[in-house]
Amino acid sequence: MSVLDSKVPKGPLAEKWVNHKNHINLVNPANKRNIDVIVVGTGLAGGAAAATLAELGYNVKTFCYNDSPRRAHSIAAQGGINAAKNYQGDGDSNFRLFYDTIKGGDYRSREANVHRLAEVSGNIIDQCVAQGVPFAREYGGLLDNRSFGGVLVSRTFYAAGQTGQQLLLGAYSALNRQINRGKVTPFNRHEMLDLVKVDGKARGIIARNLVTGEIERHGAHAVVIASGGYGNVFFLSTNAMGSNVMAAWRTHRRGAHFANPCYTQIHPTCIPVSGEHQSKLTLMSESLRNDGRIWVPKNIEDAKAIQEGRLKGVDLKEEDRDYYLERRYPAFGNLVPRDVASRAAKERCDAGYGVNKTGQAVYLDFAASFLRYGKIEALTSGHKDASEAEIIALGKKVIENKYGNLFDMYRNITDENPYEMPMKIYPAVHYTMGGLWVDYNLQTTVPGCFAAGEANFSDHGANRLGASALMQGLADGYFVLPYTIGDYLANEIRTGAISTETAEFDQAEKDTRARIEKLMNGAGVHSVDYYHKKLGLIMWNKCGMSRNEADLKSAMNEIAELRADFWKNVKVPGSADTKNQELEKAGRVADFLELGELFAKDALDRNESCGGHFREEYQTEEGEALRDDVNFAYVSAWEYNENPRDAKLHKEGLVFENVELKTRSYK
Amino acid sequence: MKLTLKIWRQANSEAKGNMITYPIDGVDGDMSFLEMMDIVNEGLINKGEEPVEFDHDCREGICGACSMMINGQPHGPQRLTTTCQLHMRKFNDGDTITIEPWRAAGFPVIKDLIVDRSSFDRIQQAGAYVSVNTSGNTQDANSIPVEKAKADEAFHSATCIGCGACVAACKNASAMLFTSAKVSQYALLPQGEVEATDRVMNMVRQMDMEGFGNCTNTGACMIECPKGIKLENIARMNREYLKAETLG
Amino acid sequence: MSALVKSSLARKWVMALSGLFLVVFLTQHFVINITSVFAPDTFNEISHFMGYNPMVQFIAQPILIIGLIVHFIMGIVLELKNRSARPIKYAKFSGNANSQWVSRNMIITGLVVLAFLGLHMYDFWAEEIGYKYISANPEDPTRYYEELVHKFAPFWRTIIYVIANVLLAMHLWHGFNSSFQSMGAKAINKGDGLRKFTYAWSVIIPAGFIFIALFHHFSHS
Repeated sequence: MSVLDSKVPKGPLAEKWVNHKNHINLVNPANKRNIDVIVVGTGLAGGAAAATLAELGYNVKTFCYNDSPRRAHSIAAQGGINAAKNYQGDGDSNFRLFYDTIKGGDYRSREANVHRLAEVSGNIIDQCVAQGVPFAREYGGLLDNRSFGGVLVSRTFYAAGQTGQQLLLGAYSALNRQINRGKVTPFNRHEMLDLVKVDGKARGIIARNLVTGEIERHGAHAVVIASGGYGNVFFLSTNAMGSNVMAAWRTHRRGAHFANPCYTQIHPTCIPVSGEHQSKLTLMSESLRNDGRIWVPKNIEDAKAIQEGRLKGVDLKEEDRDYYLERRYPAFGNLVPRDVASRAAKERCDAGYGVNKTGQAVYLDFAASFLRYGKIEALTSGHKDASEAEIIALGKKVIENKYGNLFDMYRNITDENPYEMPMKIYPAVHYTMGGLWVDYNLQTTVPGCFAAGEANFSDHGANRLGASALMQGLADGYFVLPYTIGDYLANEIRTGAISTETAEFDQAEKDTRARIEKLMNGAGVHSVDYYHKKLGLIMWNKCGMSRNEADLKSAMNEIAELRADFWKNVKVPGSADTKNQELEKAGRVADFLELGELFAKDALDRNESCGGHFREEYQTEEGEALRDDVNFAYVSAWEYNENPRDAKLHKEGLVFENVELKTRSYK
Repeated sequence: MKLTLKIWRQANSEAKGNMITYPIDGVDGDMSFLEMMDIVNEGLINKGEEPVEFDHDCREGICGACSMMINGQPHGPQRLTTTCQLHMRKFNDGDTITIEPWRAAGFPVIKDLIVDRSSFDRIQQAGAYVSVNTSGNTQDANSIPVEKAKADEAFHSATCIGCGACVAACKNASAMLFTSAKVSQYALLPQGEVEATDRVMNMVRQMDMEGFGNCTNTGACMIECPKGIKLENIARMNREYLKAETLG
Repeated sequence: MSALVKSSLARKWVMALSGLFLVVFLTQHFVINITSVFAPDTFNEISHFMGYNPMVQFIAQPILIIGLIVHFIMGIVLELKNRSARPIKYAKFSGNANSQWVSRNMIITGLVVLAFLGLHMYDFWAEEIGYKYISANPEDPTRYYEELVHKFAPFWRTIIYVIANVLLAMHLWHGFNSSFQSMGAKAINKGDGLRKFTYAWSVIIPAGFIFIALFHHFSHS
């Protein structure tokens, strides 16, 4: 085991980033023209980075598996983006945003990175507005804010329920501008299949043209991985169907350490699974918890009756309901952070109190809000003696104005009317805090290979706060990576063009072709989805919201067996030299089958509960997470070593000089 | 429920395609249309045949990847809904469903139900942006106040997901609703005003070069748009274009 | 000019402007014709003025003909271009689910109206030219009403006029309001006042022409 150097600059926290920028190497504009950079993934982080790098003068090639960068899954973020602008004058500051993020991440992130994130958060908003991103505004024409995810200030900027799409379109427009100028060459419908290293440095990638099946070589002076998270290792998640770990995992296999794979965010407000055919889960904005109350029946008999369809939740008397979040966490109630809310729902459902036929759902009830808002509405509209029915009708109108699109979405998917019956929700895999280990410059352990956005292990520690993912993606892409990469590239100005006609490229292409060949020539027993679903079940049952030693050990074995079976028996129809979606899926699932095992190993290694990682052995008497700062205040970075279970652990110790480590309490 | 599907199969962009009939059983009303297609494909794979390829990704109705002509309507019969959010309860037991790719010269078929929509990217590359550097050294966000009504309108135009249903629905395969939504977003905001002239000229020129038809104001695009992008955007683009042509 | 017409949006403008011009002409034409129902003398007077005033004959009339030809040629060009924008047709296309039949079939209503215009020009305009310039007959300011009545005597011609005007109404129903949309008029999307007006106009004018045809047919048969 070695100790990793994060290369955090010296000096006071608030000055580190400025000082660092003042002292890192720069590349002169004439030299930038001779330097090529590959960016894999064109979501918020990749798109923003590619646009900025091109603007600085580098020649950029972008790669994405979709037909257009605009479809990257950053697009699905609903709620908003945090920035310490303090426009509301409610005492927000860079330090507060930094502190909230560190605390929300359960003290498992790097102070200097998080502070940098807070520092540049304001620039993101300035930048996006200048680009024409249509954020929500107040009547005075200035930007509107809302509060989000259990923090005490209003710092979240938003564009109705589709902030992610609007920010992505902003980054995409910046990218388009550079494409139009010829500074970015887009390779859409392309998938990175391998990283090519020459003399230990990242010098290019092997990619497959997903339309023609051609295997292509692309050389560059540096490679940026911005390919998102790996939530789809669970099969069912809120990620897009195509979201995958391939680019990051291939990089890991070529020597980049993979950090904290077990830190997964399970989002509490998703639509429950309805049947076996389910292909993905749909998230509803967490903002619903501002007005909805979460409950299950108090009596197990009532729960049974509801599960069997003999009783409707709406008919249950008030005293027979258990508002378990309000009961357990009186201070924050329904607004506790995501990890806490998710675990509490699982606890109730595991105890048998779930409220749909699978027993895997809890109620999110707006009845109280209908009454509360209805009363205000009736009084302010001069309707002093409104009947209860009238008040409820008025209240429903208010809720419709606030969440109409979410209610419609729920109704469309479930065929139930949430204005009449309480919504049913259940937690689902949503975001992965783990990823490629990077130093302060966002460089992985492979020189010349950088990682940005959800693909790196990032700034969120063990749990991410709401509205922080968009912030981190854009911060990395627009304002961090384009500068820190210069520190590396400054030494590359004499390298000259990167040839792809080298032994290293030959070998990488050969490896890639062999792998495809092997996938195409399985025994043809089971489809790719068969394996993916099996893997997902193992992950969900044994590495999901709560974990224990025995389960994790058995998960590692089961995944290893499943992986062996996959390589022997997988069935990929069609041919490899044409568009072949099954082959694409097969390659991705093959990597998930390796990542899954490392995931379990990482969870097994971390003998504490923190953030999204909850080990049943490590909890307080009241069932709350028990963190162990003495032994586990470090980042686990795993070095690839053939078999995932043999991966070598490296530690980056986390030093907290500016915040005091506290137990997160929401009681 | 039992259904009969007639699906367009085409091996690649050069191949001649044709409609193939697939019976399917065991469809549940709670399935999305794409989940129903997953079952069709699982069956085909198990029989050793090639599955039907179709674009899809987020399955939440926001990425704009899914693109099927279902019974002669883009994204099927339900208004304001993408194919991935269309549920099988909208169909009846015994129905025959015709499934085709978008048809347009600007959207050539790649395989089966997948079409090449890169023309949309090129239209945007021609000018759907504000030329500011991403340095972060722009002025403070609140130094550009925007009238709320205009900001809301710009936002509405910006909700276009670029799926191409407008082109698919149009009898002329015209891309004007798409292009005008992008033109409008910037035309409505002060940030976009500076480059308004060049933007509309360049984007319209690119749109024409891509082989899309002309707009004859049938309004089909607006009705079929899963995001409800309004025809008003086209009027605005026409206006912006005239302004650009005459006033330069 | 040619560069202008190469752009799809400029073509829309050309269609819209020539169409609007024709709507104005139709209105004027209707106002003159309706006088034949209640004031044959007035009708004769105006007709004579229109037939012999040099401004009308040598400026307004050529403009009208150019407008008509531009509208027609551009309509055909656009139709062909639009068809080529979808080289492979759908096996199933449910146009009625999202648009009006008339809006999708302007070429059909347009061509029918055009064919009718052939008859119409032959009936009135060719005869008029022949009367004035080829046979070089002297001016007769009272002949128009009789000629009109005479034309509507045969049942077949009256029926053709009725049918043609129904199709004209269908053409206008989409075309009139559409021209405002094409020119980017804000009013067409602000409330539905202008739209309703165009719909009403599209029915009233052709209905009026039908009334005139039927009136003369039945009152003189």
